[in-house]
Amino acid sequence: MSTKPQGGNSVVGKPIDRVDGKLKVTGQAKYSADISLPNMAYAAVVQSTISAGKITAIDTAEAEKVAGVLAVLTHQNAPRLKKSDNDQNNVPILQDNIIRFAGQNIAVVVADTFEIATHAADLVKVTYAPSKSPNTNPDPLSNTLFEQMQKSPGQSRGDFVAGMKNAAVKIEATYTTPTETHNPMEPFATVAHWEGDKLTVYETTQGVFPSKKSISEMAGIPANNITVITHFLGGGFGCKLSVWSHAIMAVLAAKQVKRPVKLVLKRTQMYGPVGFRPKTFQQITLGATKQGKLTAMKHLSVNETSLFRQFTEYCTEPTNVMYACPNVTTAIKQAAINIGSPTWMRAPGDAPGSFALESAMDELAYALGIDPIELRVKNFADKDPESGKPWSSNSLLECYKVGAQRFGWAKRSPAIKSMKRGKMQVGLGVAAATHPTYRSEAGAIASISSDGTATIKSGTQDIGTGTYTIMAQVAADILGLPINKIKVELGDTRFPQTPLSGGSQTAASVGSAVTAAAKKLLDALFDLAIGDEKSPLQKSEKKDLEFRNGVLTKKGSKSSEKIGDLLKRNNMPKLEVTAKSTPPKDDKYAKRSFGVQFAEVEVEPDLGRVHVTRMLGAYAAGKILNEKTARSQMLGGMIWGMGMTLFEETLMDHKLGRIVNNDFAEYHIPVHADMPSFDVIFIPEEDPHVNPVGAKGVGELAINGAAAAIANAIYHATGKRLRHIPITLDQLF
Amino acid sequence: MRLNFSRRRFSQLLIASTVLSSLEELSPRIMKKALAETKDKQSGAVSSPHAYDLSINVNGKQHKLKIDSRVTLLDFLRENLNLTGTKKGCDLGQCGACTVHVNGRRIKSCLTLAVMHDGDQVTSIEGIASGDDLHPMQEAFIKHDGFQCGFCTPGQIMSAVALLKEPCGASDDDVRECMSGNLCRCGAYPNILAAIQEVRKGGKH
Repeated sequence: MSTKPQGGNSVVGKPIDRVDGKLKVTGQAKYSADISLPNMAYAAVVQSTISAGKITAIDTAEAEKVAGVLAVLTHQNAPRLKKSDNDQNNVPILQDNIIRFAGQNIAVVVADTFEIATHAADLVKVTYAPSKSPNTNPDPLSNTLFEQMQKSPGQSRGDFVAGMKNAAVKIEATYTTPTETHNPMEPFATVAHWEGDKLTVYETTQGVFPSKKSISEMAGIPANNITVITHFLGGGFGCKLSVWSHAIMAVLAAKQVKRPVKLVLKRTQMYGPVGFRPKTFQQITLGATKQGKLTAMKHLSVNETSLFRQFTEYCTEPTNVMYACPNVTTAIKQAAINIGSPTWMRAPGDAPGSFALESAMDELAYALGIDPIELRVKNFADKDPESGKPWSSNSLLECYKVGAQRFGWAKRSPAIKSMKRGKMQVGLGVAAATHPTYRSEAGAIASISSDGTATIKSGTQDIGTGTYTIMAQVAADILGLPINKIKVELGDTRFPQTPLSGGSQTAASVGSAVTAAAKKLLDALFDLAIGDEKSPLQKSEKKDLEFRNGVLTKKGSKSSEKIGDLLKRNNMPKLEVTAKSTPPKDDKYAKRSFGVQFAEVEVEPDLGRVHVTRMLGAYAAGKILNEKTARSQMLGGMIWGMGMTLFEETLMDHKLGRIVNNDFAEYHIPVHADMPSFDVIFIPEEDPHVNPVGAKGVGELAINGAAAAIANAIYHATGKRLRHIPITLDQLF
Repeated sequence: MRLNFSRRRFSQLLIASTVLSSLEELSPRIMKKALAETKDKQSGAVSSPHAYDLSINVNGKQHKLKIDSRVTLLDFLRENLNLTGTKKGCDLGQCGACTVHVNGRRIKSCLTLAVMHDGDQVTSIEGIASGDDLHPMQEAFIKHDGFQCGFCTPGQIMSAVALLKEPCGASDDDVRECMSGNLCRCGAYPNILAAIQEVRKGGKH
């Protein structure tokens, strides 16, 4: 059966409105913290105020005296838990008195109301013996680690030293990127509901199935007894890929008070104990011929991590794959300090790594006197330089061409400080982007009922990317139904298993599963008609049958039958199938999305203030399943890139070991007033090799390179090469 | 950063002054009264004799109840009336997800206590459509994809609807400035702007 839509009325690719749009604009979409259950109690957590040491006493008496307080759980009275291998992110949850970072969750108060719980949490008195030498500063460690790596670097292809000997021009520079906090608009929330030994958890998660496994292992509950539900997620960006300590505390608290418990973290409690993008230090060395061909590349990276999780930020990834250079050496090490565990944040590794690499490429272009786009085109990798495999598709050259044309790159005067608009110094910058295309095994149920309505059920969660919508589109095309006849139900572990919504893999993974399920449903439907002696289509050849708008027809004949008649006659209220889609093990192709980011800035010469005035992204990401929702994701990625370049930094007071800017007033994310004009271009790509839906994923591609494009534009405008982000006034003035 | 530094400072000052003045007004009473006890199972209202009387109109419906003086207008809507469309993004007046209309003006409902709104008319996101007919702003948000995750959306829409009656200038930059109290982490800003400008130019509101 072809994947082409029956009858040719394809909705895949069309910029249709989100199918859950009405729920979202009317306030009817239910997020985890919106769940209300009869007799529900409320929990509030207490966090450590020191970064290292011990709790010597924890006095809960005053908190317990407050009318309406049901329980206070601390390490002194919480149930004993076995440490799970699955849980690398958290220190033992309420199991000991050791403090390893500021903001560690050390107690939970449960009460009749949110107000009582919050008030009582303030009354919990904690006495500490702070460690004499807490370390929250990774900077000195990074120097030692770089020395080690310079002596014996890690991964290599070719011969870096020999490659450098052939270089006419050399660039060597160190770039640093800050700790960044995800800050989804929706705070973490858990509603835990026990019914006997069965547990339902309404959780803010980017993966209901991995959450189920983690909760099972971390809280010691059989997985079969757990249901995890996430109907809507208010953004995750990586921090909601994991189960963090507060969720387990809600589960334990609900068990203890024998009532459903709602626990919502405060915004200020989300800086430290629920992950962040680690600070990185990156050394890059590039060598090139006079003509601009790269002869050697070295990229060494250090990232901060906690004392209990060796988290690797794979900053060197873009350097391994972006350019056709024969001699490449990369290595990564971690500096472990008294902070919470870092975690994946939108395009982990690639976002900070591409800032360094694409800045260095810009530096090389200026050193050579070659246009930055021309330099990148000269070093285009026509196959995967790492594995040597052919690309399943790669339209990067087209991205440069179309993007440059639309952005007006030809009008850019190459010299630094050469462009002005009134008083403003104007600069144009460019950077390349890439992201791997992942795919995991996923399942889906497809059913059709006698009224001609189809339902798709799959465990996956819509984290805001448009999964409800694109799955409806994929199913509509295969089942020959209008989109309003497709109902999609997601975010529930009672549905077929799916992977995390991370790594931009959902369209490819779940899209392939929905494709498989819808095709299987069609197949079952045809079988039913062929085998039904009362059907006008009985004994037809399957290849001759079509199903469109709820009617089965036979090619070249007038025989047809309505779905309702067929099902009713067979006493079936609905026909339902389950299917699974598994990616192939050995792949002949290297699979990646590519793109090019352009940015224009105006810099105020007197104050050094930077205004991003235009951003353009040209992207090649396989089949775009919905141009409207995909465009929105790209805009979001570019805006993230802008925040990363100009505003975002989680700041640590090293004396106290505490984060000082733990709210939106002090941790600045981009706002309406910061917005430039945007242009998003999708280069059409038909990729038959990448996966059954032909989609490569878009969410993370859109941030990669964006920071470098802006930093490069600032250099063009001002002549100041700034290798540390965020780029703030003090660096420009 | 354009404009928003001063805007943020300004709004913080506003917040501080609002909270101070409200505390001045309420704190003696709060100090005297014992704090809330158990919730009435039906209405979620406090049955304690020390709780405060509140008569408030929400989305055209009158509610009379007793309420714990510490309950914010936001938590009152969400936890007592189960109107969960209004979101809690920060509880600090910094994100705008909790924006509602009080007597026709937009306000951050996390920064004000429910008891301060005795006799007030409140409109939340659940109250701006007429039955199944969406408000033009809601329709425009869907058409222009003015959201991704949807969490900030009720606040963005409530701000955008209020803006229609405010002396906000006509340009895109004017609207961006007037909307800068509503944060969106997905980055739907350009689409939100397009939706608002379409409704303003269409004039049907």
